[in-house]
Amino acid sequence: MTGKKNWKVTALLILGSLFIFFPLYLTITIAFKTPQEMSGNLLALPESWSISNFITAIEMTNFFRALGNSVFVTVITVVLVLLTHSLVAYAIARNMHKKFYKFLYFYFISAMFIPFPIIMLPIVQQTSMWGMDNLIGLAFLNVVMQLAFNVFVYVGFLKSIPMQLEEAAIIDGATTWQVFWKIIFPIMKPMHATVAILTALFAWNDFMLPLVILSDSSQYTLPLVQYAFQGQFSTDYNLAFSSYLMAMLPMIIIYIFAQKWIIGGVMRGSLK
Amino acid sequence: MVKKNYTYLIMVIPAFVIFFTFHTYPALQGIFYSFTDYKGYGNWDFVGFKNYFNVFQDDRALSAYGFTFQFAITATILVNIVSLLIALGLNANIKFRKTLRATYFLPFILSVLIVGYIFKFIFTHLLPDMGKALGIEILSSNILGNPDLAWIGVVILAVWQSAAFNTLLYLAGLSTIENELYEAADIDGAGSWKKFWKITFPLIAPFFTINMVVAMKNFLMAFDQIVALTGGGPGQATESISLLIYRGGFEGGEFAYQSANAVVYFIVIVVISLIQLRVLERREVK
Repeated sequence: MTGKKNWKVTALLILGSLFIFFPLYLTITIAFKTPQEMSGNLLALPESWSISNFITAIEMTNFFRALGNSVFVTVITVVLVLLTHSLVAYAIARNMHKKFYKFLYFYFISAMFIPFPIIMLPIVQQTSMWGMDNLIGLAFLNVVMQLAFNVFVYVGFLKSIPMQLEEAAIIDGATTWQVFWKIIFPIMKPMHATVAILTALFAWNDFMLPLVILSDSSQYTLPLVQYAFQGQFSTDYNLAFSSYLMAMLPMIIIYIFAQKWIIGGVMRGSLK
Repeated sequence: MVKKNYTYLIMVIPAFVIFFTFHTYPALQGIFYSFTDYKGYGNWDFVGFKNYFNVFQDDRALSAYGFTFQFAITATILVNIVSLLIALGLNANIKFRKTLRATYFLPFILSVLIVGYIFKFIFTHLLPDMGKALGIEILSSNILGNPDLAWIGVVILAVWQSAAFNTLLYLAGLSTIENELYEAADIDGAGSWKKFWKITFPLIAPFFTINMVVAMKNFLMAFDQIVALTGGGPGQATESISLLIYRGGFEGGEFAYQSANAVVYFIVIVVISLIQLRVLERREVK
């Protein structure tokens, strides 16, 4: 590319990015305002940046418990997904010439086209009957729901890895398990990153599955808590917005530090 | 490898069993119950295709399909236009490229539900206040309270949120185009408009296809956006199919009936995705 920068496009894009920042600006300023200030100019900065809304919101919504629940579900989901989905994809990718594995591959990825509502009603009955209407059950179902897409991405990646390395290891007497854990699993690192990012974003922000699965409000995740408190929030926007801000903040902070890595990971997934 | 390798089987069988138990089996159950009068509890009887006939005669279901299509088609087209424009801009030789790219991707990492609540405030308080202060008629009332306009609010939220991912896909597509092609076109004296339609667009056609199909599928399944923004209202003006199945199934005791609705919904999604793939891929070949 030539060194001359296109300033017209740069200016347009900066102007457009105001649309992205505006809702966030509004959230931050309102979260720090008092209810009295809401009758004035809504776009103005808060007069005194009071943190009292945050303290009330933390106590009222039991923020740290919800945060803990979200972290718990997200971590368990991501760890299980990385360990199991890569393994399944490996077995499938190396046996695609066999009918059974080919069938499994298409069987798994066809689930991408099945809308969740078709299994929603039966699965809620099933999970509550089997005592899975809790965070562990939720993480478990997350793993099941993500299988289709992840197998698709992992298999796509594994096809591009030459077999020589594995064959050499097998000649040296390594078992299939050893080949997988010692050679394949480490090689798949870039794909693990992609899968981990997408899975974590899904598990962290998901609303529908926690809504129908979790029966005990003490196990509610962050998005679900915002939903559950709408009644109380409707009269106090400052309280509501401080709660929203805290719920979004962990992801925003991670994004600020890891945005290059996150965007790269998602892009790699989309090219598969 | 002549010897049969059972290790691979051990690797996939548990996943197969679990996936069947927690995905396929409930789906089959849903299809099974769609032919019954099951309320979600108690006894049930087979009723044949009665639930299916009823779905097609139910005004609430038909209006949910109508709204969902109207919303999904509009949002899909808008998202693709907006994100293609952003991607073209980000792909140009601009300053602050990394920062701008990170900014436009930000909505992707945020919870749809929470962003929806923030947009609800913008539509119900901020815009009407500004409209009144500035004397702009269209802005001065809450569009979410108007049965004819509420769906536009849902479209705006959906575009704001989804453009991030689609932009990234288009960027990935644009990065595959060789710069020499444009240089050759420059020598031939082609304008930017011509360069876009003759070079850029045909080369990113596969990404256009994927974006259209994925966006449409996601919007047809809209749930979080609507719960946050309108709750399906006013009345049932913005009730999406997912929301209807959720409400009828869990709150209305319509387990069997909404299962039938879900089967219809599933068929609709598959058919639309296949038609899109067909039509768009044929365009690609040309």
